[in-house]
Amino acid sequence: MGKRILSVDDSTSIRQLVQFTLEKEGYEVVSAVDGRDAIQKAKGKHADMVITDLNMPNVDGIELIRSLRSDPDYRFTPIVMLTTESALEKKDAGKNAGATGWIVKPFKPEQLIAVVKRLIG
Amino acid sequence: MDRQKELYREEAYELLDGLEESLMELEKNPKDLDVVGRVFRAMHTIKGSGAMFGFNDIASFTHTIEAVYDLVRDGKITVDQHLISLTPASCDVIREMLDASRDGTTPSVEKATLLTSAFMGYLPDSSEADTDRQAGSQPGIERQQVGDLVERTWRIRFKPHRNIFSNGTNPALLLRELGSLGTCSIVSHLEDLPDLSLMDPESCYVWWDVVLTTTADYNAIRDVFIFVEDLCELTIEVIDAPGETDDENPLYKRIGEILLERGDITTEAVMEALRSQKRLGEILVETKAIHPSAVQAALVEQEQVRAARRKRMAGDDTTSVRVPSAKLDALVNLVGELVTVQARLSQISSRRNEAELIGVAEEVERLSSELRDITMGIRMLPIGTSFAKFRRLVRDLSTELGKETRFVMEGEETELDKTIIDKLSEPLVHLIRNSMDHGIEPPGTREQNEKARAGTIKLSAIHSGAYVFISVSDDGRGLDAEAIRAKALAKGIIAPDQALSEKELYSLIFEPGFSTVTEVSSVSGRGVGMDVVRSTVDSLGGTVEVESMPGRGTTVTLKLPLTLAIIDGLLVRIDEESYILPLSVVVECVEITRHDQESIPGRHLVKVRNEIIPYIPLRKTFRLDSTPPDIEQVVITEIAGKRVGFVVDKVIGQHQTVIKSMGSMLKRIEGISGATILGDGTVALIIDVNKIVHHDEHVANALGTHEAMTTVTRPVHGPVSSRI
Repeated sequence: MGKRILSVDDSTSIRQLVQFTLEKEGYEVVSAVDGRDAIQKAKGKHADMVITDLNMPNVDGIELIRSLRSDPDYRFTPIVMLTTESALEKKDAGKNAGATGWIVKPFKPEQLIAVVKRLIG
Repeated sequence: MDRQKELYREEAYELLDGLEESLMELEKNPKDLDVVGRVFRAMHTIKGSGAMFGFNDIASFTHTIEAVYDLVRDGKITVDQHLISLTPASCDVIREMLDASRDGTTPSVEKATLLTSAFMGYLPDSSEADTDRQAGSQPGIERQQVGDLVERTWRIRFKPHRNIFSNGTNPALLLRELGSLGTCSIVSHLEDLPDLSLMDPESCYVWWDVVLTTTADYNAIRDVFIFVEDLCELTIEVIDAPGETDDENPLYKRIGEILLERGDITTEAVMEALRSQKRLGEILVETKAIHPSAVQAALVEQEQVRAARRKRMAGDDTTSVRVPSAKLDALVNLVGELVTVQARLSQISSRRNEAELIGVAEEVERLSSELRDITMGIRMLPIGTSFAKFRRLVRDLSTELGKETRFVMEGEETELDKTIIDKLSEPLVHLIRNSMDHGIEPPGTREQNEKARAGTIKLSAIHSGAYVFISVSDDGRGLDAEAIRAKALAKGIIAPDQALSEKELYSLIFEPGFSTVTEVSSVSGRGVGMDVVRSTVDSLGGTVEVESMPGRGTTVTLKLPLTLAIIDGLLVRIDEESYILPLSVVVECVEITRHDQESIPGRHLVKVRNEIIPYIPLRKTFRLDSTPPDIEQVVITEIAGKRVGFVVDKVIGQHQTVIKSMGSMLKRIEGISGATILGDGTVALIIDVNKIVHHDEHVANALGTHEAMTTVTRPVHGPVSSRI
């Protein structure tokens, strides 16, 4: 346990929910408010997994995934994107950018936990 | 959840303020895509988070607006005055909805409907009817479905593409997740691995054949691989299911058949191989027709399905060999006597020290112990045979109570004496009912508490030493210690100032006439039932323990002896006579001097490590007039969570006891549950500790004083209530 997860979302309430849910499971959660913030925080200390929203100001989710994948430290790090049901193309774009998986909003806390467990144990 | 709702409201109000600012900018400069992007994101967040926190009206209202601005952002439509005037009006509607949720009122829908249809006008026809719904396969969601709980065996071939690592997937974790679904055998195929010099360390060359026996359904298995569907070849097939596959042959298929089915080999190759007489797998490998790991994978499948079918067959067989249990009892009885006689023979032979006699005695000892084990084994049945009917019970109760429940069984193969299994049925029904009725919350409540909708009831059996532990656990609301105390007070089961530990409070639920639920449902709460659990388990020489975590669930564990015919006993001596105390209740033995006894005159209390424990001098109980030795011994037992000591002259030691029932003349003697014959041929009485505690007035009387004293010492172990 004690794995480090970087959670990226411009919505405070979602960030809080993700953080609360995962910390309860024993993960360490670092939050970032958008892609730019995330890239910086990712460089600071390596995260074992990244959970990111797609629509964000400054650097959006797709760009973030691309940027992380081009960083040797994050080539094989699981990255999960939060998508909405209506954004099918977005999901594909994310997959092409190198996302490992996705979670469809709205989701329940246990679904989030299931996906995290699947990808980093 | 309320706290999170509040957080969302705050955020949404903020976003709306920002949104209105952006709209004013947009009015000045309708072509600024940056601003359009901001408007879109604000709507997107309001919608997405709204759906997360249960603001469905807001989510569905915002959905259309978001869709329109998405098109604007992509340059598919341009911003006009009409659109700019519609949007602030929408902000007002959203605000109204937020206000309404805060104040608990219902917002008017007219304006929202009007605006929605106005926004709809901007959408091309195709996208207007929500691309929604169809889109989302939610990973991880299948887990919560209540499967049909039939155990099937699946054949899964998972062949990742070389580049599977590139998106951060670790296939090993997927296999591990698969393993968590049931009994799982995995064979790795390494034959595609190139020479080290040619190997690309970032490619995946390994693939896997998995045979999984599980109650999870196809979708649940498929769901494990949802993220890698387009990064692997995946086949999932049922190869064994009770009642669904055409043959139930416990030998399952031959290796050749399995390999053919899997497409690993052609019919010709099999026929070719069959012509020679070696084992098929060896030949196929020798002739290089297939890789050894393919054969191994097939063997693994064969074995696992065989095992699954054998298990089913074993379940069926239990009904097919029928022997009247009276005959069995007679056999056990005879064996018991034989063992006793054998013990005497051994004693004599060691005393005489004649080589010939010792040889025979040892032979008899070996044979009789083998005979004893086998005879006891005949009475043992897998407990799963009686577990099965509880599945039905849980399902029926779920419907009746409007609750969703998953029923899990563990350790069905654990063996237990048939007599005990038969008697357990009723108590288990009561425990399960109780869990369903009082433990598991309604689905709505569970969701509010962030638990899975469906509760879980687990029935498990574990074999440990001479005991079997059977537990019924639920993940429901747990026991309410305070409610139990209040109820017990009202019913007069405990005294107002009685200090009780949590464990003792919990065990009050087994008192006759106890029920914390004021309303009687058809399922439980009638105040009968749970006391049946205690009395049955007592009569079987077992113990009951309750553990509970508020909000997390309750576990009731029954500790039962493997068999009723033999118990582990503690041999003690009182006035030259031997007695046996069941070892299962013994906690420790301490010495007590006459001085100790007289230091608290008139009361039978002993202080052990600062704990005051009432004791029963067995010499008095059995009305033996002889003088006790100066130093006696106290065997401290734990009965129904309370400690009671029994004073004896001397503790001899542990003794495997074959229980013989007393003759019909002596059957009604209270305090003695049976007798056994010791190695030297003398008889030892087996003490029924429960009965003796019941009837000892001193222990009951000791309570008043005892209570006063516990307040100065640790209040961990309360008094023995007058009820036991």
